[in-house]
Amino acid sequence: MLKTFGAHIKEFKKDSVLTPVFMIGEVIMETIIPLLMASIIDDGVTAGNMNHIYLIGVLMLFAALLSLTFGICGGQFGARASAGFARNLRKAMYENIQTFSFSNIDKFSTSGLVTRLTTDVTNIQNAYQMILRMCMRAPASLICAMAMSFFISPRLASIYLVAVILLGCVLAIIVSQAMKHFSQAFPKYDALNESVQENVSAIRVVKAYVREDYEKEKFRNASNNIYKIFCKAEGIVVWNGPVMNFTVYACILLISWTGAHMIVQDALTTGQLMSMLTYCMNILMSLMMLSMIFVMVTMSAASARRICEVLNEKADLANPAEPVHEVKDGSILFDKVSFSYKKDAREPVLKDVNLEIKSGETIGIIGGTGSAKSSLVNLISRLYDVTEGQLLVGGVDVKDYDMEALRNQVAVVLQNNVLFSGTILENLRWGNKEATEEECRHACELACADEFVQKMPEKYNTYIEQGGTNVSGGQKQRLCIARALLKKPKILILDDSTSAVDTATDAKIRKAFAESIPGTTKLIIAQRISSVEHADKIIVMHDGQIDGFGSHEELLANNEIYREVYDAQMSGSGDFDEKVS
Amino acid sequence: MAGEKQQTNHGSGPGGHGPGGPRGGRGPRPRIENPGKLFKRVMGYTLKDYAAGWVVVVICIFVSVYSSLQGTMFMRTLIDSYIMPLIGRENPDFAPLMGAISKVACFYALGVLASFTQSKVLIYVGQGTLRNIRNDMFEKMESLPVKYFDTHAHGDIMSMYTNDIDTLRQMISQSIPQMINSAITVVSVFVCMLVLDIPLTLVTLLMVGIMLVATKKIGSLSSRYFMAQQKAIGSLNGCIEETMMGQKVVKVFCHEQESLDQFNELNDQLFESAYQANRFANIMGPVNAQLGNLSYVVCAVVGGILAITGVSGLTLGGLASFLNFNKSFNMPINQVSMQFNSIIMALAGADRIFKLMDEKPEVDEGYVELVNAVRGADGELTESRERTGLWAWKHYHKADDTTTYVELKGDVVFDHVDFGYNDDKMILHDIELYAKPGQKIAFVGATGAGKTTITNLINRFYDIQDGKIRYDAINVNKIKKADLRRSLGIVLQDTHLFTGTVMENIRYGKMDATDSEVKKAAVLANAHGFIQRLPDGYDTMLHGDGANLSQGQRQLLAIARAAIADPPVLILDEATSSIDTRTEKLVQKGMDALMNGRTNFVIAHRLSTVKNSDCIIVLEQGRIIEKGTHDELIEQKGKYYQLYTGNAVS
Repeated sequence: MLKTFGAHIKEFKKDSVLTPVFMIGEVIMETIIPLLMASIIDDGVTAGNMNHIYLIGVLMLFAALLSLTFGICGGQFGARASAGFARNLRKAMYENIQTFSFSNIDKFSTSGLVTRLTTDVTNIQNAYQMILRMCMRAPASLICAMAMSFFISPRLASIYLVAVILLGCVLAIIVSQAMKHFSQAFPKYDALNESVQENVSAIRVVKAYVREDYEKEKFRNASNNIYKIFCKAEGIVVWNGPVMNFTVYACILLISWTGAHMIVQDALTTGQLMSMLTYCMNILMSLMMLSMIFVMVTMSAASARRICEVLNEKADLANPAEPVHEVKDGSILFDKVSFSYKKDAREPVLKDVNLEIKSGETIGIIGGTGSAKSSLVNLISRLYDVTEGQLLVGGVDVKDYDMEALRNQVAVVLQNNVLFSGTILENLRWGNKEATEEECRHACELACADEFVQKMPEKYNTYIEQGGTNVSGGQKQRLCIARALLKKPKILILDDSTSAVDTATDAKIRKAFAESIPGTTKLIIAQRISSVEHADKIIVMHDGQIDGFGSHEELLANNEIYREVYDAQMSGSGDFDEKVS
Repeated sequence: MAGEKQQTNHGSGPGGHGPGGPRGGRGPRPRIENPGKLFKRVMGYTLKDYAAGWVVVVICIFVSVYSSLQGTMFMRTLIDSYIMPLIGRENPDFAPLMGAISKVACFYALGVLASFTQSKVLIYVGQGTLRNIRNDMFEKMESLPVKYFDTHAHGDIMSMYTNDIDTLRQMISQSIPQMINSAITVVSVFVCMLVLDIPLTLVTLLMVGIMLVATKKIGSLSSRYFMAQQKAIGSLNGCIEETMMGQKVVKVFCHEQESLDQFNELNDQLFESAYQANRFANIMGPVNAQLGNLSYVVCAVVGGILAITGVSGLTLGGLASFLNFNKSFNMPINQVSMQFNSIIMALAGADRIFKLMDEKPEVDEGYVELVNAVRGADGELTESRERTGLWAWKHYHKADDTTTYVELKGDVVFDHVDFGYNDDKMILHDIELYAKPGQKIAFVGATGAGKTTITNLINRFYDIQDGKIRYDAINVNKIKKADLRRSLGIVLQDTHLFTGTVMENIRYGKMDATDSEVKKAAVLANAHGFIQRLPDGYDTMLHGDGANLSQGQRQLLAIARAAIADPPVLILDEATSSIDTRTEKLVQKGMDALMNGRTNFVIAHRLSTVKNSDCIIVLEQGRIIEKGTHDELIEQKGKYYQLYTGNAVS
């Protein structure tokens, strides 16, 4: 994991190295100040030497200014290093995600990827800054102060040594115990929030069944449990302060007592005693700091792991060594194709599919949910690789094509399609960057989108909001079809892309296709028979296999599933709503 | 507000601070109105139940500050009275020193005890207050009308329970006690410094002044950059969300390079502003610390001179004590500004929470109750204490001080009903319909015609603007909402299940149902079969809205849940989402079984449902344009005929 992360520090290596160096510099200066202080007291005040006070005063001032400079530099470099590291991580993840194939994307959910790119990176950024600035500073402060103490008086310093070891042990116990309790508590807390979430989204159910009091009671119990668990967990953390205080106080008293003896015996000076007391604070505070860092870093470990998953994910589709760039025509051949999404799946999604489609044909695909209609067409533009068998487009195995070339000539309008924030024109030009406004309009006319676009206030320059919230579902689908048409593809695949378009418009679109792009092979997945009945041939999918392949009339005569669906849709148990909207 | 939602760190729920110190003291301050009033309200909340706790906390703070002051002052006596006089003496007598140390040790012990008590009490105060706020919030939320949930983003509601409560916890258990501590420390240290030496105190004050000015300067710079950073985060996150959502489209259109370019630009912007923001925040620490050191140095030099010349009577021990005070004077002053920031942040959260608590709850002026009844020999209904299976509306008439009992049958009438979600935009106009017990009424019409809206009215999720809805000839406004809703079953399009077992989820319809009743309902709903095949049968745990079930299975459970409640009137919103054919058949059968023998209002999507309805209501733009049975409407050759035959004109 560290290796993965280390590779992304890149141009911020210098900053990452300089930060701790400056932090150590700051610490050293800070440790020198109490020593100079001792000199002011002993050689200045006690000896009555005014000049010495001035001299040391200037030195101290100098040390403080140096320390300030180091501190500022450390802070700046730290900020740069961590912000830069975060940028590199985001960039690396984003770049890698762009190489992901569909199966990689399926593995991480959309929200999973978003969290990794946002919250998780922020966590790492904070942790990295903490590590750079504090991880060196705290031990350095501990060691420097300890060394100074030993330099002044080994006898007194040994008291600190004992205190450090004792305090270190106690803190370690507290932290580990607390972590244990908190790691039990957080899931409970998440569960509580989940139940709130449920109540918010299911408020109609709660109210319809008049279960408000029941929900309140349930919540109160859960909330009470949380209260108890957290009181217990925090009850452990709470020992930190008193233990720390106790150690500091004990040290001060012991040092005072022993120090007093030593001064009287002339083995120590008053100034030295004072500086020893300052070091005491430095040492114990840095120990406290270390335990804090430890907790911070452990907490960000989960984020680190999630980020690593994305960084280390390898795209499982690759371009061939000598790719073919030209798709000759729109013919498609499935030769004993089997496919499953996961390599170790028990049952393949597509089983032994054989299919021949000629260039320019219009093919309808029909079948129930889960019958693998989408899986079938997704293989054609090599969004997934076949598990077994071979798939030829234009007479060439899809694996031999340059992926970009293939996808530019096999246009897919996906089932869950999206528009991006930007004008309609910008969205359309996803299909073809160089498309003129006239071409865009033409594509929209074919997709029956021009009629509503013309009615919009700014026509083709209307801004589409993120997620396309300002156009209706049917309008969105039509724009997506237009966008795909602009590619001027050899094969056009519509994956249930007109489900929200009314029947009449649907028919109009199909008619336009037949007239304007006769040479393009068209594959249309649909739920309604009416959308496919005029196709040259219709594929009936069932359970990952082709149950029937033929014209409407042939299938009505020979295919049981097709007939069943037809009867259902024509006579009763079909979907009324589809006809309506 | 939504735009500047705070980033959350999932790992740090409540108490996620570990043993950590104060956090969140930086970043731009959110603007809130009347922070004083809010603060008072928050404090009122915690004082209501934990006044004693706060008294203990304040006392403890006093004790611990006092004991540490004693310790610092001891420095002077140690040097001046116990060390200096003994220097050079033969056989020095350390017995008095022992006494003094013991005395200080006592103070220290008291201090440790006080700080321990303080933190311990604060846990209960903080977590307890949090619990109370959470409970009150939830109780309030449950009492709010459905409209609230329809008009507020669910994410925003959730963030009150997570982010806002968390910052409140920090304010109560950290910021406020530390503010008190700092205030007490500053005042008492100031007094001690004055006692020790006035000129040095003035020097210290001067340095503090410089420090405050510097802090303010850097702080304002820093917060300007933090604002920029927040904005950059916003636009980068927007970009990330959008492309991740459309990643498959990006792939299909080979748009990787373009989306990368766009991302890189925003990413670089964020880097720049994050760097600047953090840079100034990071500088703040060393500047404060070194200005503190500077103050210390200046005091040491000036104090040294004063001690030698003896102008103001400063002794060596006094100087030692003073220097320590100098340090403990600077620290709290730094902290105050940081804590102040995080209190403001917490108040912004509190503002949102209190807004929720101040929402108007659903009002219920109904007085007609649903009671168990028995039929007397004369056919008259009387109230019964036992469950009879016969229900009646207990209707008290104020005018003549009589109570009548009307049998619950499920007769529903819409009488010239107008409705709009807002007063200025009506959705339904002049709706009139009659549903006799046992009838099935189907609503058809295009999306947006107002079909789903109907489901919100009979059960009074929303109140109608004009007209009347009568249930068994009683105006629904007169019926107690709880009783009204209990007499209505509802199966919505999107099924919502709760975390719990399958059994518990079905039982949600009738809390006192026995296991066998639950099973009976499941059989009726056609759900029994798949439930039995689940790993733990009826005891299978469901999580995350039943995420481990298929869409169809969840619908079956919702039907079973409605079946066990056994209401005389049923409102069904048939699901449009495509589910696999086998389950769909099961769902249809379940629905049909459920509808049997009830008054049904169905938002119909299936032709079969529509066809065998007693009355089909065709809606268009909120008005009834056709009404009648299937055959009648087909006969009319109107809109329904067009819809049915598929010759839709759009």
